[in-house]
Amino acid sequence: MTDMISSLSTFIASKILKQPNRTIAPDDALISSGLIDSFSLMDLALYVEDTFGVRIEDTELNADTFNSLDQLASLIESRKK
Amino acid sequence: MTTFPERLRSLHASHQTPDRIALTLQFSNADDVSLSMDRLLCGASSFARAYSSARIEPGEVVVLILQHGEDLVYSFWGAILHGAIPSIMPFLTEKLSPERYRADLAALVSVTQPAAIVTYGQFESEVRSALQPGDSVRAVLITEDIEKEAALDFDSLAGFQRKAEDIVLLQHSSGTTGLQKGVALSHQSVFNQLDAYARSLELNEADVVVSWLPLYHDMGLIAGFIMPILSGTPLVLISPFDWVRAPYKLMQSVSKYHGTFSWLPNFAYNFCAQKIRDRHLEGVDLSSWRAVINCSEPIRWESHQAFYNKFKPYGLRYEALQTSYAMAENVFGVTQSSLGTSPAVVEIDREAFMSERVAKSPLDGHSAMKMMSSGRPLENVKVKILDENRNEVPERVVGEVALQSDCMLTGYYHREDVTQRAFLDGWYLTGDYGFISEGEIFVSGRKKDMIIVGGKNVYPQDLESLTYEVPGVHAGRSVAFGVFNEEEGTEDVVVIAEVDSEDLLDQQKIADAIRAHVTKNSAIALRYVKVVDPKWILKTSSGKTARSANKEKFMAEMEQEINAGQL
Repeated sequence: MTDMISSLSTFIASKILKQPNRTIAPDDALISSGLIDSFSLMDLALYVEDTFGVRIEDTELNADTFNSLDQLASLIESRKK
Repeated sequence: MTTFPERLRSLHASHQTPDRIALTLQFSNADDVSLSMDRLLCGASSFARAYSSARIEPGEVVVLILQHGEDLVYSFWGAILHGAIPSIMPFLTEKLSPERYRADLAALVSVTQPAAIVTYGQFESEVRSALQPGDSVRAVLITEDIEKEAALDFDSLAGFQRKAEDIVLLQHSSGTTGLQKGVALSHQSVFNQLDAYARSLELNEADVVVSWLPLYHDMGLIAGFIMPILSGTPLVLISPFDWVRAPYKLMQSVSKYHGTFSWLPNFAYNFCAQKIRDRHLEGVDLSSWRAVINCSEPIRWESHQAFYNKFKPYGLRYEALQTSYAMAENVFGVTQSSLGTSPAVVEIDREAFMSERVAKSPLDGHSAMKMMSSGRPLENVKVKILDENRNEVPERVVGEVALQSDCMLTGYYHREDVTQRAFLDGWYLTGDYGFISEGEIFVSGRKKDMIIVGGKNVYPQDLESLTYEVPGVHAGRSVAFGVFNEEEGTEDVVVIAEVDSEDLLDQQKIADAIRAHVTKNSAIALRYVKVVDPKWILKTSSGKTARSANKEKFMAEMEQEINAGQL
């Protein structure tokens, strides 16, 4: 879980926010806060699919499905099984 | 000389085959809804009746705050049938703060003076909270309360009293500044545009338009809504909200409905090419596409190549990739490339272009750049290029694009001051830079500081004002601008703010707060937020922030960081 969160955090900081040195706390709000916009949300979904082999459907790309790294990591874990 | 209601009546008369579909609406979690012209006009007439009962007079403005769906379609055409002037406002998204939405709506109301607002029951209190006692809004109409009509009675509809020169609709761009500058168009101007534009496209009975574009934007409203409906061309509409999460839906729809025309802003070419998975394209056939028209932000040859390479295996023809230069002030199209052949591409000397502002063939050893033509002016549009002294320049010299046509705006609604400033001796000054070569128009940039991100116009001053609301940022000490992102084919939005604290952790916190606040209040995502020490921002001698100078400084610093391996 920790590895997964740190790889997601690195991806978001460097590729989406263009701030490679920043860290994102596991419970920081990602979508409702506007940190990740809808265009970048797709990038995140594609990254998750390529890295963890888990699909997030387009209808799930909203704050109700996941809004933090913690929630996203749990979602990935639950689908890996 | 005709009007929208007259055209609708004649379309209704000629579309007597009940199974002929005028409009198909697609949804992410529901079946497609297909409407015949009769059903569309019955729905519209229900709204016309409701406007009439609410004592909305023909010629008054009705603001529509609705999402993709039947209600938006019916309320718009209902306003037309009643002779009222519809204006579509973007719907509140989860990202935008309700306070800002209220402020934007209040700004729109104060200038546009609408008589009514149409929205959903669940959104009524939100709308009412933006209204003031004594303002122009006399009715908030709730879609759920509209009684549905079973049959059409054209003779009782007030819209047939309208004249061709009357204003038929308003179109706003986004943000506080844009919402206070509604482009007012007459029936006649719209028809002049549609006639000329449809001829340049050779629009015919076999055509089908497929669009995901929002209807509050000119490209979506005119090319992806009004033109197909008023010319009897079947239209398939996808929600922009669904498309951004599932761009492959455009391809699936074109395949399913044999779409022949779509309009896309440049970024969408890159977005589709990069983000669509092959598994979503199984069985997709794009060979019906006569034209995919690149419009509404600077067009890139590279974006067309990426799009073609991705979708060629699915039947996309290279000649289908087309271009246009358009603006709401001219209803829509100014130019259009010739269908059937690819738009002209010129190779020019990068150095001469930057320093002398001339598009020359590359000299030996100089680097070249490819620029793609936006096509020729429509038959009813004249284009000329002006230098700084407003004198016409020769071919291949870059200057401001000016235009004249019989489809110009009537004016910015209730903004006579802005309207007057926009024209010079009967020529509309676009604020865009470009040049003409062999009759083809090449658009190369813009004079105004406007940022165009994902096809959406953003006023930098709106973003800057928002940063001043963040604790730690002082008024006048931030700057916003756009930087072109090669990979994404559109601009990234950059905000730079000076703060007093030199503590890195403090600066990081302020940067996060700026990002959150601006996004929540503008629905524009910031790509780079840079918090800097005092005196970073360059000002002109009169104390104004020079956006272009600051952009150059930012880009130079970024290059240094890239070279130093920090990015």
